[in-house]
Amino acid sequence: MLRLDGVSAAYRGLKALQGISMEVAKGEIVAVVGANGAGKSTLLKAIAGQVPSEGTISLEGAAIGRLPAHTICRMGIGLVPEGRRLFPRLSVEDNLRLGAYARRGEADRFAPLDLVFSLFPRLQERLPQRAETLSGGEQQMLAIGRALMTKPRLLMLDEPSQGIMPKLVDDILAAIGRIRDLGVTVLLVEQRLVEALGIADRAYVLQTGRIVLSGAAADILADSGVRRAYLGM
Amino acid sequence: MSLSLFLQVAVGGLLMGLIYALVAAGLSLIFGLMDVVNFAHGELLMLAMYATFVLWQFSGLDPLLLIPAVSLLLFGAGVAIYRLLIQRALSVRFNRGMVQIFVTFGLAILIRGAAQFVFSGEFQSINKSWLSGRKLDLAGVFLPLPQLAAAIVCLIAFGALLLISRTEFGRALEATREDRDAVALIGIDRDRIFALGWGLGTATVGVAGAMLAGFYYVSPNVGANFALIAYVTVALGGFGSLMGALVAGLLIGETEAMTALFVDPALKQVGMFAIYLLVLMFRPRGLFGTM
Repeated sequence: MLRLDGVSAAYRGLKALQGISMEVAKGEIVAVVGANGAGKSTLLKAIAGQVPSEGTISLEGAAIGRLPAHTICRMGIGLVPEGRRLFPRLSVEDNLRLGAYARRGEADRFAPLDLVFSLFPRLQERLPQRAETLSGGEQQMLAIGRALMTKPRLLMLDEPSQGIMPKLVDDILAAIGRIRDLGVTVLLVEQRLVEALGIADRAYVLQTGRIVLSGAAADILADSGVRRAYLGM
Repeated sequence: MSLSLFLQVAVGGLLMGLIYALVAAGLSLIFGLMDVVNFAHGELLMLAMYATFVLWQFSGLDPLLLIPAVSLLLFGAGVAIYRLLIQRALSVRFNRGMVQIFVTFGLAILIRGAAQFVFSGEFQSINKSWLSGRKLDLAGVFLPLPQLAAAIVCLIAFGALLLISRTEFGRALEATREDRDAVALIGIDRDRIFALGWGLGTATVGVAGAMLAGFYYVSPNVGANFALIAYVTVALGGFGSLMGALVAGLLIGETEAMTALFVDPALKQVGMFAIYLLVLMFRPRGLFGTM
């Protein structure tokens, strides 16, 4: 579904990604793990068109590497960014509905709302509230919900567990599993290795902007040598 | 001083204040959306007034009927200014603030110079319209109909802007204003929203200009006075606030009128700036400002 060939990118003047080649197949959950500063966030931003990149990025055969970010989103790649980037003074409902703004021509564009509410019933209770008044966990749910409203084929999540109560982390990871079961492919960047590798099918380990290891998530998790060498566990 | 004179001046201040408010609303809308101060705002008002004047000369239609055409023309001008100048100015990496200032400042000089070349520096006015010279007698207080109509149209325009802010497009404008980079995450092309925001802001000035041309002289320099008042109105009301522009516009209209009445007509702008500085001493972000 998604394919990267020799992708490099600079972020804030530093070479953050160097010659990344990877693939995400339809229906998979693929995790990208690695230490802080390994380039995980830059990788997602490069795919989403938010930082310029070299090399080839293609979505189901179509080159997307030079397209503007909003076009990439419309082609079916949703990004839940680090820090969530909600519209703080707009209501929960407005944040969600704006997710479908770019699909104004479609009659059933608000249909994903049902899915969002079934994944995160709390959001339905908070509809008129301003996004900035939500707790960290609820904001993360809203950010995922907003991305789902764009009807993505590939959903990318950058550290969805960051700044969230441990109790809610499980809920969010479970929701990611359900999203995949509904046919959305997932690319997940996550600091919580055990949890991330626990729900992922495959994983790539990133170190200083390069892929140093890839394979089945369960194998990476099971190999204590790999864990020690690359993941500091 | 008689009560009727006081009321006459107060009503005059109110009517003028509504026009100030609408001119300021266009400026505030653009600033609130993208942090760009449009120094050519007054010149766009002048352009709207000349457009009304020329259309009136050629078609003989009343300025009231020319409002849609003039605001549409100004909408196009706003979109073009964004696409051709501002979008490029925003793409620079360094000194972005300065580049924006000089771009709109340069545009102001260009428009003013072009108007001087085409229309000469002479004052012109629309001397024949449905309402010109007519007054409404309200228990001894006379309301000149062109100003009254202008004030009513301004209120309608404010209502329209409020309605737009409640539509889905209005929400997209607000979202872009809150986080211009994050809107791409939901497939929104921020340049398109910015261009439409510019169009909306300048169309607002188009409405004000078309109404103003019905009773105010037109000259290449006419925009400067109104622009100065618009900057003060926006700062007083709070940058980006529509309600702030309305309240501040009325406050400035009244202050100007009352200073002229009680102190000296020559000092009317002094009174306006005194109120402005006084408010900003205690509330630097303006009356309704959130920034």
